[in-house]
Amino acid sequence: MATTNGSNDLSSEMEVDAFRRLFPLRFHERHLLESIRPDGRPLGRARDTTISLGAVASANGSALAKIGCTTMLAAVKLEVMTPKAESPDEGCIAIDFHMPPICSPLVRPGRPAEAAPVITKQLTDTILSSGMIDLKELSLVSGKAAWMAYLDIYCLDADGALFDAALLSAVAAFSHLQIPVVSLNDDGRIVLISEENSGAMWEKEPVNKEKRKLKLESVPFSLTCLLHKNYILADPSDEEESIMETFLTVVLDSSFQLVSLNKPGGPGLAHTSAIQDCVGINKTESERTSEDIG
Amino acid sequence: MDEKREDGRAVTQLRPLSCTRNVLNRAHGSASFSQGETRILAAVYGPKAGTKKNENPEKACIEVIWKPKSGQIGKAEKEYEMIVKRTLQNICLLNVHPNTTTSIIIQVVNDDGSLLPCAINAACSALVDAGIPLKYLAVAISCCISEDEDCILDPNKLEEQKMKALVYLVFRNSIMSVLDEESTQVGESIENGIVTSVTHGVMTVNNYFRCLEQGRAAIKPLSDFLRKKLQSKVQSDVSVAG
Repeated sequence: MATTNGSNDLSSEMEVDAFRRLFPLRFHERHLLESIRPDGRPLGRARDTTISLGAVASANGSALAKIGCTTMLAAVKLEVMTPKAESPDEGCIAIDFHMPPICSPLVRPGRPAEAAPVITKQLTDTILSSGMIDLKELSLVSGKAAWMAYLDIYCLDADGALFDAALLSAVAAFSHLQIPVVSLNDDGRIVLISEENSGAMWEKEPVNKEKRKLKLESVPFSLTCLLHKNYILADPSDEEESIMETFLTVVLDSSFQLVSLNKPGGPGLAHTSAIQDCVGINKTESERTSEDIG
Repeated sequence: MDEKREDGRAVTQLRPLSCTRNVLNRAHGSASFSQGETRILAAVYGPKAGTKKNENPEKACIEVIWKPKSGQIGKAEKEYEMIVKRTLQNICLLNVHPNTTTSIIIQVVNDDGSLLPCAINAACSALVDAGIPLKYLAVAISCCISEDEDCILDPNKLEEQKMKALVYLVFRNSIMSVLDEESTQVGESIENGIVTSVTHGVMTVNNYFRCLEQGRAAIKPLSDFLRKKLQSKVQSDVSVAG
């Protein structure tokens, strides 16, 4: 105990900033002993979350989500497509996650970040399997036309918990989505009815008069926790992620069903009690965040 | 447990396992691992000098290259590469060869479900074959929840597609200890901790913990099988040398 109390770890002899750079793990463990983190949060507390809807005017739905400094810009664009033969009543969602060099010093121009395709895959799995969006709602004319939704998420600032922020921005962008009004023209093709010439076109019955908004069934909420010794740190920053490398991501939907529990290896182990704690923290934080956003 | 599956297996019964080591001539270590019709070939090259960019040079670096059976490498394969890499980081002694890179090439020979667990078992056997210092063996299993809430182990491709939810789990192997049972069961032992967990599909939290328990129970025969296969080679080597 004497070593962790710092009588012989040089911490009393050097400046705080120097100690932080030279002994990053020691620096963080000294904080954890006092049940606090370098940015002043308690261990189980996520950072403040803000969402602003409609950040991209040209997209059909968009949102800018911030968790602490981690910033994600998500936009949904709709296009009409012919549905697949095996699912004539369903639309389609294509998700892409981008990490441009602006987001982090680790990403170099020209070479795509390693994490980007992995997060894209996890987002696709989570959003499609959670049943948040009923693909049948994206159908226009059975077997003829359906919406293809392109969801693009740009990471503007990568300061840890990328997946959580990306999922939050994706959900917000879908909740903001305004489906344009379309009608069938004489050739049986889908045309957009724009606001200006609506007078001339209005005789043509719009195909989707009522279906202007997507119904979001059960909204998934994701929280990443770092596991270090017996401590559980919710919503880690980039610095914490790079020092303590074992993390566990729990995604629960609104009825607290488990959508995903992802722990991709790492130096530490996750015990049953730790997993239960992470699920518990996810529940409390999802309530707090939904109050935050309002 | 009288309910049988389509291929006649019991709910918690695994498919026949086979593991062959040293199947490739030029590789430093190699192994072929199969669970039923799923088959993976893994090769290990290294440790080679130097680490990749953005890696810590004070530790050994692990590089995983996933080769699908056919076609181009996509996002799913990138995710597999990341999971296998981080899983192997858990069991390797990274401080023994600092500033080196060990490459693990995983070639899918046939995919009939439980692909990722089979790949992790194959990679682990190949690492042993190459003599890379390890702390433990990684033992991987897949487990799924069927429509009638049954917990089924080691599903094949057809079963995977019909399932409500699917969990891939990786544990450390059960250790053979000289200490008696009682003294090792203090608190949460090492083999109870999860190295890797990946889920697909929605399930209740309780069902997840049920999968965890089933998977944990299946680890013992799996790790015994791995140990037997890996030990027999070592012993025959010794007898040749003697």
